[in-house]
Amino acid sequence: MSNYAIVIALLVGVVAWYLVARQLTAKSWQSGEQPGDVGALKSAPARIGLWVFMAVVTSLFGLFLSAYAMRMHHGVGWCHLTIPPILWINTLVLVAASVALQLASRAVGRGQRTMAQLALTAGGALSIAFLAGQVAGWQAVGPSLYFIQGSPAIAFFYVLTIAHGLHLIGGLYVLGRSAMRFAGGAELIDLRQSLQLCSIYWHFLLLVWLVVFAVLLYL
Amino acid sequence: MAYVAIADRDAPIHDPHTFIEKYIWSQDHKVIAIQYSIVAIFVGLVALVLSGLMRLQLGFPDQFHFIDPNQYYQFITMHGMIMVIYLLTALFLGGFGNYLIPLMCGARDMVFPYMNMLSFWVYLLAVIVLLASFFVPGGPTGAGWTLYPPQAVLPGTPGAGLGIILMLVSLGIFIVAFTMGGLNYVTTVLQARCKGMTLMRMPLSVWGIFMATILGLLAFPALLVSAVMMTLDGTLGTSFFMPAMSSMGETLGHNGGSPLLFQHLFWFFGHPEVYIVALPAFGIVSDLLATHARKNIFGYRMMVWAILAIGGLSFVVWAHHMYVSGMNPYFGFFFATTTLIIAVPTAIKVYNWVLTLWKGNIHLRVPMLFAIGFIFTFVHGGLTGLFLGNVTVDLPLSDTYFVVGHFHMVMGVSPILVVFGAIYHWYPKITGRMYNERLGKVHFWATFLGTYAIYLPMHYLGILGVPRRYYALGNTEFLPDSVHTINAAITIAALIVAASVVLFLYNMITSLWKGEKAPPNPWGATTLEWQTPDTPPHHGNWGPKLPVVHRWAYDYSVPGAPDDFIPQNEPVDPKLGAGRDHGKGH
Repeated sequence: MSNYAIVIALLVGVVAWYLVARQLTAKSWQSGEQPGDVGALKSAPARIGLWVFMAVVTSLFGLFLSAYAMRMHHGVGWCHLTIPPILWINTLVLVAASVALQLASRAVGRGQRTMAQLALTAGGALSIAFLAGQVAGWQAVGPSLYFIQGSPAIAFFYVLTIAHGLHLIGGLYVLGRSAMRFAGGAELIDLRQSLQLCSIYWHFLLLVWLVVFAVLLYL
Repeated sequence: MAYVAIADRDAPIHDPHTFIEKYIWSQDHKVIAIQYSIVAIFVGLVALVLSGLMRLQLGFPDQFHFIDPNQYYQFITMHGMIMVIYLLTALFLGGFGNYLIPLMCGARDMVFPYMNMLSFWVYLLAVIVLLASFFVPGGPTGAGWTLYPPQAVLPGTPGAGLGIILMLVSLGIFIVAFTMGGLNYVTTVLQARCKGMTLMRMPLSVWGIFMATILGLLAFPALLVSAVMMTLDGTLGTSFFMPAMSSMGETLGHNGGSPLLFQHLFWFFGHPEVYIVALPAFGIVSDLLATHARKNIFGYRMMVWAILAIGGLSFVVWAHHMYVSGMNPYFGFFFATTTLIIAVPTAIKVYNWVLTLWKGNIHLRVPMLFAIGFIFTFVHGGLTGLFLGNVTVDLPLSDTYFVVGHFHMVMGVSPILVVFGAIYHWYPKITGRMYNERLGKVHFWATFLGTYAIYLPMHYLGILGVPRRYYALGNTEFLPDSVHTINAAITIAALIVAASVVLFLYNMITSLWKGEKAPPNPWGATTLEWQTPDTPPHHGNWGPKLPVVHRWAYDYSVPGAPDDFIPQNEPVDPKLGAGRDHGKGH
């Protein structure tokens, strides 16, 4: 928990430093142009919104993992999780989904409609395959309430994978809307931002999964 | 490339055409703000009634037979949770945040209006789920507002069945609503300010709301995590927080859970929550003081830095709520130190408020009365916080009324005074009407003196050792008779304060029809929301052109200027210069 607090404090510090360095020393009561006018911000609101959302999700998973570590440290009734091999395959599938969406985003940027369609379809299908694989992971770990009640590690496994899966499903909803627009013949230029943001979000969810997986493996 | 404000870059915004689009499924930040405020105030009134019932029991034990011990604990729990989360957080961020951010930043609306609308409706759902727990078998949870396990989900606790589950589900829904709103507030502040509105020209109200939102976005996940895990402990029988134990002669299936883990998670949210409520109050009170003292805020940059410092530090003080839970002494030392350090930026703010008043042209209008009242109650609550921040002083006082007096002073009365002050301040802009000033002043004095009459004696009760959380004290030997007399007096004061709220509501509601028509800028304020072409502002806020900002938000009483205020969108007069530049040498 205290480690998490240090990370949060550092993050807040970095953000504060960034703001300080840019703008917070301005003497706003003086006349003339001031640094940090809003016109200087190049990013679209949706992009900033996504980054803020990813910060929230980072906090959520950071806290889940802190709770995991603390509960494990507490020790009583804890037995380590045996990681089912299918999780390695799932990880590779999610990596592939992330790469596919990156390709889709790039293809849209370059105006390559066929390539974009292929990559978009592959990204969506691989993401669904990842979710199915996670469900198979539950079967392998302990498919009934008996296991969930008996082992906090298994209960944590369920909670972490469900939380991660729900975020991926949210992403799939947005991706699905973009895909519908794509299928409806929307101009690529109109889809560019949406797919860029989807690919960023997929990379982020991949990173989250890698951290969660590493914690389950090694902690 | 010529400058085009964000609000004007995209497609035209969501003009409402029907009554439903305009007032029900509205995406207009002002309507959403009012919707948030009405629901928050309504649910706050429920919590106020609950506190009145508690006080009746404490002041006149065994006189009111409809209040039994179980209900007493349910009242405590619901009162606390409603006031902190569903009233204060929702009102400051969903209410004032929604109304003020776009207007003060010179935007047409929030950057994600649809999500903003969803945020309100999901919040309403959270409130409905919470209030539904009053009507389920067993009633609402009586676990105390901190919901500590294991007792929160054990059969002996009131509302241990559906009550606690509905509470946890409601909190989860609230967090979803808050996140949707919070993404809007942060992105709008970062991205949708009008030309010239640099971060360091933003009014402190926006700074306070902005920072509080960031705290909420990072801290509420801790509550979500603990709510999810406790729900699983309570429903599926997992052992995240529940240790192996017997309850009512029956051995439970849980094994090895850690109640302390819940406490860490809860307070990792709970302490930033104090500042989620306090920072908007700090910001708003700064603007009220400057406007009604006709003087620029003292130490603007320092005020902004203090808000940032408080925000950062608020994440490393949580365990001072857990001294009595037991911890490594070095941890206690660490958290006592950080707790005392956070007093430094907070004290800087207090000094700056007082120095803003120094030699100001103080107008004791209703908002100003509430703002000055806040300085008193906040200093009072802050000082007793220094007592409780120290481990050795906290241990004997922790379970007494001293703590009740402290936290009600610092995060109950103080923010509520700012809420009232803010409503009186912005009422003319929101409704286009003035209110009855005399009734407002009666409301202030009843509230200010009344709350002192409630909470000051509680410190004395605490030092005497009167325990908090007790349904009745009975004939406890070490307590003198005066304790019972004081308890009765506190209850009478509480009822008077509650009655003054009725006065406030009467004033606000009747003024909607009977109040004089408000001028666009009745207080002579500099900030943008007072410079809108219409009062109340129409959809889109600014007419065809967005405002352009030329100066900071505190150009009051500038020597040589024709008025004692210069609006932020007033171009700089080359002869006058801007603000304090010009004032040099006077």
